[in-house]
Amino acid sequence: MKIIVCIKQVPAKDAPLAITGNWIKESDIGFEMNEPDSFALEEALRLKEKHGGEVIALSMGPERVKQTIKEALAKGADRGIHIADDNLSQFDPLGSSSALAAAAKNENADLILTGLQSDDQGFGQTGVLLAALLDRPHATIIMAIEASEGKLKLKRELEAGWFQWIECPLPAVLSIQSGINKVRYATLKGIMAAKKKEITALTRESLGVTSEPTQKVEKIYVPVKTKKTEFITGTPKEVAAKLVEKLRFEARVI
Amino acid sequence: MKIIVITEQRQGKWNNTSFETLAAAQQIAAALSGTVSAVVIGKGLDKFASELAGKNVTEVLQVEHELLDSYTADGYCVALKQVIESAKPDLVLFPHTYQVRDFAPKLAASLGKGMIGDCIGYRNEGGKLIFVRQMFQGKTAADVTFLGAGPWFASFQSGAFRADQVAAAQGGAKPVNRVAIELKAEKIRTKPLELFKEAKSAVDLTQAPLIVAIGRGIKAPENIPQAEAVANAMGAEIAASRPICDEGWLPMERQIGSSGQTVAPKLYLALGISGAIQHVVGMKGARTIVAINKDQNAPIFEIADYGVVGDIFEIMPALTEELQKDKGA
Repeated sequence: MKIIVCIKQVPAKDAPLAITGNWIKESDIGFEMNEPDSFALEEALRLKEKHGGEVIALSMGPERVKQTIKEALAKGADRGIHIADDNLSQFDPLGSSSALAAAAKNENADLILTGLQSDDQGFGQTGVLLAALLDRPHATIIMAIEASEGKLKLKRELEAGWFQWIECPLPAVLSIQSGINKVRYATLKGIMAAKKKEITALTRESLGVTSEPTQKVEKIYVPVKTKKTEFITGTPKEVAAKLVEKLRFEARVI
Repeated sequence: MKIIVITEQRQGKWNNTSFETLAAAQQIAAALSGTVSAVVIGKGLDKFASELAGKNVTEVLQVEHELLDSYTADGYCVALKQVIESAKPDLVLFPHTYQVRDFAPKLAASLGKGMIGDCIGYRNEGGKLIFVRQMFQGKTAADVTFLGAGPWFASFQSGAFRADQVAAAQGGAKPVNRVAIELKAEKIRTKPLELFKEAKSAVDLTQAPLIVAIGRGIKAPENIPQAEAVANAMGAEIAASRPICDEGWLPMERQIGSSGQTVAPKLYLALGISGAIQHVVGMKGARTIVAINKDQNAPIFEIADYGVVGDIFEIMPALTEELQKDKGA
């Protein structure tokens, strides 16, 4: 099975966010693999281990994104594709998906996996849009994949504790729910092996992608508080005493 | 501005977020002198359509087909594309449900349009419609506008508007119009099988008056007893945000949030929970919210009544001791 995993590089979880206009200042902060995508990568690696084939890590963004592709290669992906673009944060979901779809199309993969959403922009549309642009069946919020004879049986998570099994033919696009598996760490051997693996460099221009944006992020900002929070300060002992008093006599909930 | 709202039902029940979105649509229409129509899609929908006809809408569009009995992304996209092409709305609004996430971006793309998903509100700035959504897991908000001609597609997050603010129809029920659509079985590539629930949980968190919930800040499973001690001293149930249950540190039925349970206890004590929106939608209805987190910018503080910026590992034992003292008194 030939599997493409779409992986985004996002600011590290604890990175301080200095807002400038409609994005954040990217200098001086760390970046990491988008956590939801790491579950998709793990699922791809497991499918390959079970059914054979190839796993390709596909990512888009500035030069630094290569580091995240290398991490995927170190975990066991066979090769990488990097769509080099310094402006990733300015694309709308359709814009970035168009580039990813163009790169994926050339590979003719059996399966394309994405994470559920990115921890930075959180559009949560990439997988569904890839399916639309490549005219493939898709399913999202996947909690289990069983592959046999050119067909997939998928466990979808619905809301409020409900699940559903669905059947889906290949080729297909799936968005993986976080927590579907336990993500592996790269081994030293894997890290060494990754150095010899190929990363193909592409651009939107080389792919012939020109999409008009459908939406624009005008600005981002720290949200306005809707609730007045009373902050309690002091030593841990003082905080505990004050808090219990407040909960008992002011809020009257304990 | 002509707005249509795509409502959601499954197995004879509304997804109640549909009415929140209907309320949003009515408010936007009032601000921009627009109209609202409500779409209900599936099979055997008379009861749903007549309920919508009791709301203040221009019309109800009832979209029925044998092949829409069970939800499929392909079936919904083919059907709703035809509805949109004939109704010609400027704005199509959805409740931001798991189902909508599954098909709405594709529906929009099939018409060459984009979608602004998971919005928490809107602003009307001199006739220009600005959609507000969250980024960086709720740490920032973003103002987003549509570019180019409609129809525009947007979804509103659960809890962003109030379902009880939907305006009722004045002077009798509104018209229900059936929309005939063409849908062939071969267009539906996926095959939905049975719906099911995992083993029923022993604990019903929705009934718990007091909840102590832990998040990533707990760091390791061996630290959980410290949080359980707080819960025990208080007589509260223990719960968690998704990552904790994903790791298997607490069972899935203890999970609060969009993919877990939605609770509204008297007290919700959030320990080391940053307040990502997927969690917040499951607990923001709590009467009193206490947040303890080392990051003073954590979004959980936006909805907290009482906040403590500090180390949960210092505060948990102190709190347990204080609560036990309190009980003994």
